[in-house]
Amino acid sequence: MDIFNQGRDRITIAILALGGEGGGVLAEWVQVVARANGYVAQGTSVPGVAQRTGSTVYYIELVRTGSQGDNRPDPVLAMMPVPGDVDIVIASELMEAGRAILRGFVSQDRTTLIGSTHRVYAISEKSALGDGTGANARILDAAERRAARFIGFDMAAAAQGAGSVISSVMFGALAGSGALPFSREAFEEAVRHGGKAVAANLKGFASGFEAAEKGVAASSEVQQDRKPTTAAGRALHERLCRTLPQAAHALATEGVARLMDYQDAAYAELYLDRVERFAALDPALAAPAARHLALWMAFEDPIRVADLKIRAARSSRIAQEVRVSEGQLLRVTEYMHPRLQEVCETLPRGLGARILNSPGLRRRLEPFFARGRHVETTGLRWFLTLRGLAAMRPMRRKSLRYAVEQARIERWLALAERAAATDIAAGAEILACQALVKGYSDTFERGIANLEAVLATAERHLLGRPDAAMQIAALREAALKDEEGKALGCAIAEVAPARLAS
Amino acid sequence: MAERSFKKEVEKLRLGAGEHFEGEGILAVTKALLQAGVAYVGGYQGSPISHLMDVFADADPLLKELGVHFESSANEAAAGAMLAASVNYPLRGAVAWKSVVGTNVASDALSNLASGGVTGGALIIIGEDYGEGSSIMQERTHAFAMKSQMWLLDPRPNLATMVDMVEKGFELSEASNTPVMLEMRVRSCHMTGSFVAKENRRPAMTVGDAAERPTRDLDRIVLPPAIFLHEIEKVERRWPAAQAFIRDNRLNEWFGPERDEIGIIVQGGLFNTLNRALELAGLSDTWGGTKLPVYCLNAVYPLIVDEVTQFCAGKKAVLVLEEGQPEFIEHELSSILRRADLNTRIVGKEVMPRAGEYSGQVIGEGLALFLEQWAPDRAPTRAQSMPAEPELAANVPARPAGFCTGCPERPIFSAMKLVQRELGQLHVSADIGCHLFSILPPFHIGNTTMGYGLGTAGASAFKPNGSGKRAVAMMGDGGFWHNGLTSGIGNAVFNQDDTVTIVVDNGYSAATGGQDILSSRADNDIRTTKHPIEKAVRGMGVRWARTLTRTYDVARMRDTLREALTTPEKGPKVIVAQSECMLNKQRRIKPQLARAASEGKRVVRERFGVDADTCTGDHACIRLSGCPSLSIRPNPDPLRQHPVTHIDNSCVGCGNCGEVAHAAVLCPSFWKATVVTNPGWWERKAAKLRGWIIAKMQRRHERALAARAF
Repeated sequence: MDIFNQGRDRITIAILALGGEGGGVLAEWVQVVARANGYVAQGTSVPGVAQRTGSTVYYIELVRTGSQGDNRPDPVLAMMPVPGDVDIVIASELMEAGRAILRGFVSQDRTTLIGSTHRVYAISEKSALGDGTGANARILDAAERRAARFIGFDMAAAAQGAGSVISSVMFGALAGSGALPFSREAFEEAVRHGGKAVAANLKGFASGFEAAEKGVAASSEVQQDRKPTTAAGRALHERLCRTLPQAAHALATEGVARLMDYQDAAYAELYLDRVERFAALDPALAAPAARHLALWMAFEDPIRVADLKIRAARSSRIAQEVRVSEGQLLRVTEYMHPRLQEVCETLPRGLGARILNSPGLRRRLEPFFARGRHVETTGLRWFLTLRGLAAMRPMRRKSLRYAVEQARIERWLALAERAAATDIAAGAEILACQALVKGYSDTFERGIANLEAVLATAERHLLGRPDAAMQIAALREAALKDEEGKALGCAIAEVAPARLAS
Repeated sequence: MAERSFKKEVEKLRLGAGEHFEGEGILAVTKALLQAGVAYVGGYQGSPISHLMDVFADADPLLKELGVHFESSANEAAAGAMLAASVNYPLRGAVAWKSVVGTNVASDALSNLASGGVTGGALIIIGEDYGEGSSIMQERTHAFAMKSQMWLLDPRPNLATMVDMVEKGFELSEASNTPVMLEMRVRSCHMTGSFVAKENRRPAMTVGDAAERPTRDLDRIVLPPAIFLHEIEKVERRWPAAQAFIRDNRLNEWFGPERDEIGIIVQGGLFNTLNRALELAGLSDTWGGTKLPVYCLNAVYPLIVDEVTQFCAGKKAVLVLEEGQPEFIEHELSSILRRADLNTRIVGKEVMPRAGEYSGQVIGEGLALFLEQWAPDRAPTRAQSMPAEPELAANVPARPAGFCTGCPERPIFSAMKLVQRELGQLHVSADIGCHLFSILPPFHIGNTTMGYGLGTAGASAFKPNGSGKRAVAMMGDGGFWHNGLTSGIGNAVFNQDDTVTIVVDNGYSAATGGQDILSSRADNDIRTTKHPIEKAVRGMGVRWARTLTRTYDVARMRDTLREALTTPEKGPKVIVAQSECMLNKQRRIKPQLARAASEGKRVVRERFGVDADTCTGDHACIRLSGCPSLSIRPNPDPLRQHPVTHIDNSCVGCGNCGEVAHAAVLCPSFWKATVVTNPGWWERKAAKLRGWIIAKMQRRHERALAARAF
């Protein structure tokens, strides 16, 4: 592909990278390979504060060196990309490719866009109370449409696979794209010239080169259907296949498996009893009921948390995640902060309630649970403690927390049923409100309070209205807007102006 | 020493006559100073000229060989005042800083310097931080040149031209007894290129020689009656001398045909961008072969009347490209033409934007407007660009700057957020430095920022009502030593301000690139370090001062801040929050650890993680942190719909997320992995035994799980 010779003898390259990704190193490599192969190269950048996690543009221009004696002056090269005038754009991340398109650097007539398809989430996306992420498909679609050529693959994964950094993969992809008139060896020579981590960088380079040359497609993993492994599992699976509509099978299977792991088969039966109530009202309610009920019924009490923390699968997952190699030792410390509240809730109902209701006992006991614990689960003392806690599973049904949660679940289900009797969509929206219940301690209490405010508003003001479903969904969205509950307060005030909810 | 080494760059400073220098613009200027026989150099670090300061700081042996004195000045005022050495003696001196902020700080010294005038060449290298990526208010240094009558050079972005302007700048300064400013734009500083080097020159007189044989001249001192003499001198002698020098040495350049009815006058620094705009309009080429006359002002102040009138004579209209506002050059050109009774129309801000960086696109659009009106036959056909996709923009998130992975300043603001939950919103007077990122998500802390080291002074008006809420001031160690000790702490002590100041003591002037300062903990061969900040504030008269030696202890940070805000003690309260800048710490320890590990020594690495199966996707931890390594990923749980929190392998194990989870009682999902390389014999045996027992119990648990599994 001969893109550099479109009536002018210069090549312009814009690199969009995030601080710390080695965009500067990549820009340096490009200039080194160009200078060694008969080009004048000029690079510029605006580091400054953008360097710290912000996005930065490195800009390079290449011009063929005049032959000796042609008496040309120094070239006069631009220091920033002009929209419509960029031959090659290299973006280290998907949204940066999107930014390059937005800034007009990518044009259909000349731009080769080389972009990684992985995501590094921005703070606005990360800090949302729910899901604040941008739509990847939208960017990929624009890249395909608006560039002369788009070479996209997950360069972060390629870098990790090669044990290298993303800048070397990007450099390899640039070489493999054929957009610059230099040989593979010339590119590799530039990496060697840099002198740092040459072997690893060349490996990253090679994986980028091959991926760009081949134009690899993103691999899509197909989720395998879960198959029962025990008699109880088979019985429950048969039951749900019989009683629930096809659309809810996958979620209900997942839910049954979750609750068997969480408690036992009887608990999973209770779950199916409840889901079937909704499936009977309307088949469309089965799937949301299956999803949200399973999540709520598997509420995260200390018994559950302990059970998850001591599993062998988790130990190996962590070892893999932190890349522990042969001969290294791994210690794992948990940051746990059970308050008196959580401890009492794990106790049998009567005992737990008595302590929590007695100011005197609370005052005396609370200091023991005022500080966070560093729980080393790779040590015997804490492992045994958590193992003991997990072993309280059979007693969970007698615990205070169990009673409280089952009562909440029943209230929520009853309201959903009442709504669904006349308005299926409203019933589904009420079921979906479970998503507001999240986290532990204060976060959990905030979620429960929000949920109750939404449900109460729905019950008093919305049920029966034609737009009930839409309004409930709007309240749920508002509850996920901010931690202080400002948006939710406004939204509630709007639908219930007379009685302003606090 | 600062944690980055500039040895490679220092080598470039040693290049001899005829050798090819290849590198960044600011390094070229650094080399040019040595070629010009500079006797002393000072300045204060800051983008985009930090590199000059860093390289000189690492070049001590070379500077000693050449007899050049280099100083890392305490602030720009100190650097500006240092140029006093050129008043009485034929010493060439240069100082550098970020502008316009640095020039603001130095302006008292510069006014005095410009009034009395100089004997030796005095060059002020201005890193003009304007436009995209800038971190400061958008103002022009040009105004300072005008009001103090110092000359301002703005060389076109070409390394050979910039290097030449350094040499010419010294000569101009000496010929007109006036300090000269050399403006370096951000992109020019970081632009790579090459030039043919000359031999470094030892100054004819060193600063030591001057100290040995002092001379004085009463007429150079800024005191009446000499000040009235200076003013007359500026107008009658120095100004014409400067104009003559600029004209005779042809500092400005002309491109393109000699005759035309239109032309362009451009600030030197914008020349390359203009040429690209012309090229895209079919009116120039890659080699600067413009088809329109272009008068390129490498010296933007003063203007040369003869050159201007000659260029404009016979032209209907001239486009003036002058970035920023107010448009001083355009006004001056209009006056010159009016006085010369020339009718050439000056077209500047009427087609160009008044504010904002002049990018290739912006100049291209202005140029098209100009040509459409004054030479329609040469106006470019407007290219059809692809239609914008507004909803695409909604999908691409902004990426504001933030604290680095593991930054020790993050827990300070996490703690402050927790205190605000108890005491309500606080008024926070912010300062300049990395800590200013607190104003951005996820912290949203900070009301104003008044300048470097001025955080405490910016809070001084807030006298609480009785035992009411106290204002909080932030200050970095950089700002503290820059001037905060006097203008902030001293001021608060004297006035008995009832405020709380948090001094972030991370061991470096971190935001400017990690340079050493007085309180740095590093050993430095040529400077003294390790002067504790708490000792300094107590020396100033502060009675309530605490030093916390580990900012990552969020609970302690929160409790100390709460105490400072509620203690009955009146007067300023100062908390010195210490932990090493993580960026520099990693630069320091990474190679050390790698070496130790390869030598078979015991090395411990820590990093954090999140259990996806207990994380419920509320992201409260992210809202209290914002660490780049603390991110999200699609939820692996098919039932849950919101993304889970995830910590990637860039985690440096600072511990902040765990401490925040504890202090804010968040959730049990965080874990810390401690990986020991080359563990000891006992450690290995004990771990093996523990592992064996745990694995046995895990197998039993696993069997029980399988029995009740789906």
